[in-house]
Amino acid sequence: MCEAKEPRRWFELPISALPYKLSLEYKTGGWRAFRPVIDQNKCVKCMLCWIYCPEHAILWDGKIITVNYDYCKGCGICANECPVKAINMIPEGGGTNA
Amino acid sequence: MPKVPPEKCTKMALNGDEAVAYAVKQSLVDVVAAYPITPQTIIVERFSEFVANGEVHTEFIPVESEHSALSAIVGAAAAGARAFTATASQGLALMWEILYIASSLRLPMVLAVVNRALSAPINIHCDHSDAMGMRDAGWIQLFVENSQEAYDTTIQAFKISEHPDVLLPVTINLDGFVLSHTLEDILILPDEVVHEFLGGYRKVAKTYVDYLRKEVEIKLDPANPLSFGPLDLYDYYFEHKVPQIEAMRKAKEIIRKVNDEWYELTGRRYGDGLIDPYAVEDADVVITVIGSTAGTVRHVVKKLRNKGLKVGMVRIRSFRPFPFDEIRSILRGVKVVGVMDRAISYGSYGPSYLEISTALYNLSERPILINYVYGLGGRDIPPDMVEKVFMELLDIAKKGETAETFKLLGVRG
Repeated sequence: MCEAKEPRRWFELPISALPYKLSLEYKTGGWRAFRPVIDQNKCVKCMLCWIYCPEHAILWDGKIITVNYDYCKGCGICANECPVKAINMIPEGGGTNA
Repeated sequence: MPKVPPEKCTKMALNGDEAVAYAVKQSLVDVVAAYPITPQTIIVERFSEFVANGEVHTEFIPVESEHSALSAIVGAAAAGARAFTATASQGLALMWEILYIASSLRLPMVLAVVNRALSAPINIHCDHSDAMGMRDAGWIQLFVENSQEAYDTTIQAFKISEHPDVLLPVTINLDGFVLSHTLEDILILPDEVVHEFLGGYRKVAKTYVDYLRKEVEIKLDPANPLSFGPLDLYDYYFEHKVPQIEAMRKAKEIIRKVNDEWYELTGRRYGDGLIDPYAVEDADVVITVIGSTAGTVRHVVKKLRNKGLKVGMVRIRSFRPFPFDEIRSILRGVKVVGVMDRAISYGSYGPSYLEISTALYNLSERPILINYVYGLGGRDIPPDMVEKVFMELLDIAKKGETAETFKLLGVRG
């Protein structure tokens, strides 16, 4: 009924098409082909990337802007919106200049 | 002796649509969303009168299309409401996308389909093409023979649909015009008897959800938030389909049980709930049929039996789930079976021919099966036409073989 081993068998799932865990536990960072990397020297903290990120994967701690790579899918909207070109999209895996 | 014999019921002259509307009125339905379409319109028209007169507590949503009608009651059912809608033909076709969502979210609800041909050419009369288009959508599909059964089955449908072992949407199918617009004396149960039969308002089934660490009602509730049907990939989609297969399997037992309970309550039952056989015990030839044509076939069987001919009939009441075992046990000793279909799968046979073939294939000795497609677009099926079919089947039984397995009945040329 609960705390079954993963991956679950069909009779260990809730009735209906309901998820049994929250999407927070379902990390989508692995989908990423390009990784956004912020150049903190260029960043002017305008927060446009934070506003535009569709995944809420841009973090602001009051001092600097960082990326939550657990959920960032690498869509590149942040890099596109950045007015000072502080965000570079670096290929995952074979990338050399990360 | 039934608990509520006919003398404790009210006899009303109603057509099939009105009988369904009255059953919905008595079933404590919370939400009805509908869009009018011939020959279904009378159902929601009468029901909207009940709403306007304050005779029901139901929230009535007059939507702008059938796609919206079904979407609205999917939402209502997900919120825990007992929900109903009705449609026919093109309207059902427009609901198609949402049909699959309703069943895979395991939401109980009842949809009355007043069977009507599909365009083109446009036609408003009866055949089963509309219902067969939703054959694989995961809904329970019940077909009735007369308007009393339409009334009875509408009430039963809520109970079947909401049973915790089932939790599948149910369609009750009645033949357009033949039943929907034809007056019949209907025995109406007292309101409180129907309320008691259904156990009052809908009770929402529960399931365990890990992140809430408890069993919760399967409904949209801010106190226990659930997401209905978010993304599943190759990792879990298949596992989510298996319970639908299982629920359909269990539904057979529940349909039978509800039919038995109805018999105890009213003295009326429809075969075992799944199939309704007539004079099959020693029959050499049998016709299988769906819907109101069963009344005509029954009449012809009586006539031919009086002449000493060994003929019988099986009416299929539940098309989904299909009663394979029951069909097999009845037809195994029969010589020839005429399978009557009021729909055609172009490039194949009539839908019930495929099912009955499947039911019989693994028998070492099986009857000869002939498919008769009849009545498309409301083409009449009079008793003498059925009698000719029986004579043809008896002739084949004598010869022991036939070259043709697919015939069109009542078409010119």
